[in-house]
Amino acid sequence: MSTTTNLVPTPGQTVGPFYGYALPFDKDNELLAPGSPGSLRLQGTVYDGAGETIPDAILEIWQPDADGRIVQQTGSLVRDGYTFTGWGRASVGHSGVYTFTTVNPGPTGPGAAPFISVAVFARGLMNRLFTRMYLPENEEALAKDPLLSSLDPDRRKTLMARRDPDGGLTWDIRLQGEGETVFLDFQ
Amino acid sequence: METQQDLSAEINAMGDAYARALKDGASAETQPRLDYAPYRSSILRHPTKSLHHADPETIELYSPAFGHQDVHALESDLTIQHNGEPQGERIIVAGKVLDGDGRPVAGQLVEIWQANASGRYIHKRDQHPAPLDPNFTGVGRCITGPDGSYRFTTIKPGAYPWKNHVNAWRPAHIHFSMFGTEFTQRIVTQMYFPGDQLFPLDPIYQSIVDQDARDRLVASYDHNLTEPEWALGYNWDIVLTGSKRTWTENEALGAAGDEE
Ligand SMILES: [Fe+2]
Repeated sequence: MSTTTNLVPTPGQTVGPFYGYALPFDKDNELLAPGSPGSLRLQGTVYDGAGETIPDAILEIWQPDADGRIVQQTGSLVRDGYTFTGWGRASVGHSGVYTFTTVNPGPTGPGAAPFISVAVFARGLMNRLFTRMYLPENEEALAKDPLLSSLDPDRRKTLMARRDPDGGLTWDIRLQGEGETVFLDFQ
Repeated sequence: METQQDLSAEINAMGDAYARALKDGASAETQPRLDYAPYRSSILRHPTKSLHHADPETIELYSPAFGHQDVHALESDLTIQHNGEPQGERIIVAGKVLDGDGRPVAGQLVEIWQANASGRYIHKRDQHPAPLDPNFTGVGRCITGPDGSYRFTTIKPGAYPWKNHVNAWRPAHIHFSMFGTEFTQRIVTQMYFPGDQLFPLDPIYQSIVDQDARDRLVASYDHNLTEPEWALGYNWDIVLTGSKRTWTENEALGAAGDEE
């Protein structure tokens, strides 16, 4: 066993307004090629405390594959079209809408409720925020989920995606106010 | 329109209140306040409910993997991306990415972006009437070494004006984005240069109300990093939050990182 020291973490800062020529890259939001077997569209809108859409936000998702495996594959930044890396990045557009192409995350263990881990960055947001997006199916697994069961029903529903008729997922993020998304502190 | 004086009065009042709270035994803050009105754009963009404590689970205890397939070695030199040499003061920025237990974060992605020497971003929304530099884009990436080290060659960015209030100027900074070994360690932040006169006036820097915490964003000039007849060196280490996963012996030794 090596001895460890506890260091104080470096503070975060806002991503600011000018990440647009730096953080986005080709196919950044395509964890899977659109139209490939099992692929679906995950989309939503990001809102501020006045209910206005936020055009200058950028999101990252990190998820297990459809079988619930946590993959450790390089190649997210230069996608080969075949390797599922589990991670993607999407800039919110002028209308406040983001889109990913991905797969339904599988359960990471027997009876586990599948979810996608999400990090939110925006101009005006002082530090990144973490949250989770859960699949709406599997009532039994959702009822047993430790995080969901620690939340009031009102708050809990902010973490639930809607299933679209075409099999896609819709999930909005509200940074503030009515229906404010539950954001997480892991420390 | 609000002046710097109005803004500074708000910033100082919040700083004084924090200093009093510290004296009365409050614990030191280490992160920016999400609710920090002097940065006007944050007013409608901060959660009003406190963050919900959660134990990280499954996917959150791992980080996406990046490697040399993702990033070309030359992407860490921002001065060679065009045909000519960019204008300005050439610098080297180097340091280590460590987790909260002091372990090096090996084989992980570091991304940076910045204004050019005259304080202008290449971004189309940057309206600052300072010259663009055809030889400088201001974007770099690298993969940390087995010891968590990173190193960029770039140009010292200029300060730039913004529209938070009248005569608002950002201290010179480089935006940094880092991953840890767990997704919950994900951080985007800004690195500053020592001795900047704009520090007390800047609501983004001051949103971290604790002086020791603010100091952690300031690089140190390091003559050992400076290269003769070439570039000045700055050192800046980044500490991520502690890890929650139970590490295997190999991971603890740093063997998991730089596989390619
Ligand atoms: Fe900036």
